[in-house]
Amino acid sequence: MFDYVWLIPLFPAIGFMINGLFGKHLGKKVVSWVGPSVIGLSFLTSILIFFELIGRPPTQRLFEKVIFDWVVSGSFQTVIGYQIDPLSILMALVVSGVSFFIHIYSVGYMHDDPGFTRYFTYLNLFVFMMLNLILANNFLLMFVGWEGVGLCSYLLIGFWYEKDSASNAGKKAFVVNRVGDFGFILGMFLLFTSLGKNGIWTLDFTEVFANASKLDTGTVTAITILLFIGACGKSAQIPIYVWLPDAMEGPTPVSSLIHAATMVTAGVYMVARCNVLYSMAPIAMAIVAIVGVATAIFTASIGFCQNDIKKVLAYSTISQLGYMFLGVGVGAYSAGIFHLMTHAFFKGLLFLGAGSVMHALSGELDMRKMGALRTKIPITFWTFFFATLAIAGIPGLSGFFSKDEILWQAFSSSHGHFLLWLVAAIAAGMTAFYMFRALFMTFFGQSRVDEHVAHHIHESPKIMTVPLMVLAVLSVIGGYIGVPHVLGGANHIHQFLAPVLGGGAEPGKAHAGISILSQAWASGGEGGGHGAALELLMMVVSVVIALIGIGIAYLFYVKNPAIPKLVAEKWKGLYKLVFNKYYVDELYEILFIKSLKNLGTGLWKGFDDFIIDGTINGIAYLIGVVSGGMRKIQTGLVQNYAFSMIVGGIVIAAYYIVRAIFY
Amino acid sequence: MVIPSVPPECYLVLSGMLFTIGVIGALTRRNAIVVFMCIEMMLNAVNISFITFSRFLQSLDGVLFAFFVMAVAAAEAAVGLAIFVMIYRSRDTINLDEINLLKW
Repeated sequence: MFDYVWLIPLFPAIGFMINGLFGKHLGKKVVSWVGPSVIGLSFLTSILIFFELIGRPPTQRLFEKVIFDWVVSGSFQTVIGYQIDPLSILMALVVSGVSFFIHIYSVGYMHDDPGFTRYFTYLNLFVFMMLNLILANNFLLMFVGWEGVGLCSYLLIGFWYEKDSASNAGKKAFVVNRVGDFGFILGMFLLFTSLGKNGIWTLDFTEVFANASKLDTGTVTAITILLFIGACGKSAQIPIYVWLPDAMEGPTPVSSLIHAATMVTAGVYMVARCNVLYSMAPIAMAIVAIVGVATAIFTASIGFCQNDIKKVLAYSTISQLGYMFLGVGVGAYSAGIFHLMTHAFFKGLLFLGAGSVMHALSGELDMRKMGALRTKIPITFWTFFFATLAIAGIPGLSGFFSKDEILWQAFSSSHGHFLLWLVAAIAAGMTAFYMFRALFMTFFGQSRVDEHVAHHIHESPKIMTVPLMVLAVLSVIGGYIGVPHVLGGANHIHQFLAPVLGGGAEPGKAHAGISILSQAWASGGEGGGHGAALELLMMVVSVVIALIGIGIAYLFYVKNPAIPKLVAEKWKGLYKLVFNKYYVDELYEILFIKSLKNLGTGLWKGFDDFIIDGTINGIAYLIGVVSGGMRKIQTGLVQNYAFSMIVGGIVIAAYYIVRAIFY
Repeated sequence: MVIPSVPPECYLVLSGMLFTIGVIGALTRRNAIVVFMCIEMMLNAVNISFITFSRFLQSLDGVLFAFFVMAVAAAEAAVGLAIFVMIYRSRDTINLDEINLLKW
């Protein structure tokens, strides 16, 4: 079965071809079958390969399938090849699985859209590119996927290109991503040349990681930081996260698939994939962790004041991606990937739920015009509710296990720090608050729905609600593959990923006591097993923080809806600052866009218009003036010419005579 | 063999005078044929000085040049007169003031 790994990306490619080339003639019905079913086939293939993989002993879980030579130049060779290992197959399962359900959902959601065929063409292309990114066995093919998903993201954000805001958002996403991709390319170049100095011209993952020890720390740090800049762009981290909130202009299933579940997690996947390199560069890891946790808390706070339900979810996505980077940044790669997976479930579901709400409310996005939808669209409500519980970190649901794993690692890992944990834990409480705020504003309280919209509130059709339910089930149970040891679980996902991500021998155990707190705990005379006790304590603390967040949200938006206004009035300046997203967009507008525009205008007016055009026009003008004068000499009278010849002759003769006389 | 009865300066002065007359004529006269004749006169003035120097320097180079000049002058006369005839036929004039198409 391993030899057929290329089938996984091939199926979506076929779907893309069929929909793209013949979709117009085949009609909606065929397209709506082709689009999801090719992804389903990919999913099926992934499952089969997955089961074959876990049938093997952990040390033999690596397989590379080379399709053909791609670039051969001298001693350098890059192939189109796919790699099966626990990490890639897990990602393939998540991507193809979530994509499959979102495709099905899309059939219902996009049903009346005139661009139905185009939509599925792009969506199939996206899945193809994403699977290339994940399954690639070398950096170059990964980069193809990396750019490909960026392209599809652009196409799908600007899907309703007649809308100015949508096409602008698409452009913004594309341009901002370029910044990151630039870092990725530079990192790849640096990796390639610095390995080449050691005589190893390769970009193949296995070879690169096997020879990584030949690089010195400074080089690895530079490479990993450059790659992380790429990850920042794709995964929307500070300082280049600004494109993701705007990306919500796209259709909601696209936000769900690309901008929540899959594409934006590519950065996390890349860092985890390069864990060998990152582990060699502690500084780079610290940067990853700090950027991650800063993003987590910063964007969570923006989520407080957003009224657009999709914007709340967008900031929440950025915040959760920050968590994942915190995880991989402290060396807990499997925890990061675990959270990536559970996040794909519950955040994908939240977006689909938001789409279902929009569907019910004729496209309304403003949460101030919702409320009391709980009984009117019960399936959407319950699925949304479970996803919210999961993301808030309520024990027993998937988000709890993955988030808590990251929190614990942020504290206990040798790269971790108490402050990282503290900030992340506070951000977790904030997450709980803004998510329940969204939940309460949408589904509870008084109905604030417009009159004419209220008439035809209806639950979405089955084709949309079934994917919701499936994802809800996954959001609930998805965490049980990673139950930590301290709760009596086996942390299967950690064990499964260990061959790729390391740390299989003693999973989840506290590393050498580095934190003040654990030492304090030890000195408190607790004796043996303090690591486990501490882990349990921290778990309780994070749950309490989450519950406090939920409690405040309940108080503000259900019990006493007047409070938010009072709070906003009391801290008017702060509220305004947060409501306007800290003016980051405006700041970038001044810092980068305006200054670049000014630079461009300056170059245009100063250099192009003045110097270049001036030179050329000046020369032409000069020639014109000179020849205008010169042509007067051309009288047409032969005798004038003869006269000048004679004058010339006399002058020359005079010169020689004078010279002869005086010298 | 050589009996310098006349000093060479006289030949050169004659040559200079003839040349100057030719120049002035070529520049001032308007009739193309007269101008043409003046040019011939200048050529002949040059010939005289060539022969003079040839004689006094005991060298045949000057004579050789004189022959060249005469040959060229003959050819020039033939071509030039033919051109004048054609111009007169087409324009009814050989006044140089009126033949000024080659100007800006």
